[in-house]
Amino acid sequence: MPNISFEGKTYHCDEDKILLDSLAEHGVNIPFSCRGGACHACLSKITKGTPPPASQMGLRDTLKAQNYFLPCICKPITDMTMAAKVQQPMSYAASVIEKSWLNANTLLLRLSKPAGFRYHAGQFINLMDETGNLIRSYSLASIQSDDFLELHIKHVPDGKMSGWLCDSLKRGDDIAFVEASGNCFYLDNDKEQALLLAGAGTGLAPLYGIAREAIASGHQGKIQLFHGALAKEGLYYEDELKALARQHANFHYTACVLHGQAPEGGLQGSIDQLLKQHAGELKGSRAYLCGDPGLVSSMQQSVFCAGISMQEIYADAFTFTP
Amino acid sequence: MSSLFEQIGGQASVNAAIDPFYRRVLGDPYVSRFFENVDMVKQAEKQRTFLTLAFGGPNHYAGMDMRAGHKDLVEKMGLNDTHFEHILAHLRSTLAELGLKDDMIAQVVTIAESTRADVLNK
Repeated sequence: MPNISFEGKTYHCDEDKILLDSLAEHGVNIPFSCRGGACHACLSKITKGTPPPASQMGLRDTLKAQNYFLPCICKPITDMTMAAKVQQPMSYAASVIEKSWLNANTLLLRLSKPAGFRYHAGQFINLMDETGNLIRSYSLASIQSDDFLELHIKHVPDGKMSGWLCDSLKRGDDIAFVEASGNCFYLDNDKEQALLLAGAGTGLAPLYGIAREAIASGHQGKIQLFHGALAKEGLYYEDELKALARQHANFHYTACVLHGQAPEGGLQGSIDQLLKQHAGELKGSRAYLCGDPGLVSSMQQSVFCAGISMQEIYADAFTFTP
Repeated sequence: MSSLFEQIGGQASVNAAIDPFYRRVLGDPYVSRFFENVDMVKQAEKQRTFLTLAFGGPNHYAGMDMRAGHKDLVEKMGLNDTHFEHILAHLRSTLAELGLKDDMIAQVVTIAESTRADVLNK
């Protein structure tokens, strides 16, 4: 019978019995509701070992890749260690190695990559200010093989964190952050699948990481990236993205502007509408959508109605807090 | 005699029904406005819970949650019986599309019907 470890103790559990019940008999109560794999209330994570595939039924692929599973439909096969319910997040110290402006209100910040820090392209980290009391999330635009961490910071009017990052922080300064999280990241489980990446403003950061990671992993399917901005001046990384498109035949970049004239090769209009008209056949694709919450939800509906399965829509909605 | 949920094909059938059901709902302009600006990832979880319940699957049906979840839609957006009928029709069509027999469709619709008073805050 397999041994299941949880919060420092090990429990001997029956292979033929549902893990949720076995643990309850041992006095370990995992919160649950439906007991049938429907509600995901008991969602837990394995940190050592592999959950049985049947216990991951109905979970999104990025959750499966992080070894999440449902104890209420799990009959354990091998020894496993379950992550503690309340985990102390790891924090890291880095230093600023580059600071420059991508456009009038978007800052590029590159940090040294701390030893032992691992992430998936597209995830975010939580930066802390010098007092440690102010914390804000920023998506990583870099990929694991880069020797730096890259962030794109929107300068929010009266924003406490972005104000500090843009106005006070200097090259060479130290900065602390909390480990990477988020479920909107590249997975190489189907390299033929077409990918649709769409976002506005600094929503480009995770998409840029996902695109580069996909290309670095030898992704064969078509990769389309749509970047939206209010006007031409709000775009950035146009040269880098055009260069990427020249070097890789399966990568396509389209700039979208809501107001004014679109740049050469770009489109004018609302990005959620432009996706409908210009992204082509989307059935069977996977979508990654990033930006402010209103835009993300309208893009979700656009791509879902265009044929992408709900399970294949990964979204990261950014809220800009002062 | 196996349960309705087992006959339909269990959680795997629920998961297969989510996309076609919700695509029908969003494609119907009479009801789609109730789903504007909702997060689809969260919505997918709600659809899963609803379909599991309607399929006779394991659930802890919380009428109060169903009431609270639809209260604003009823009071501020005018959600009414006609909209509920549309959703039931989309549910029927989805089940037929998935190849369910008429008597099973009738059983699912009966369970879904039992949530009407809570959904419409009657």
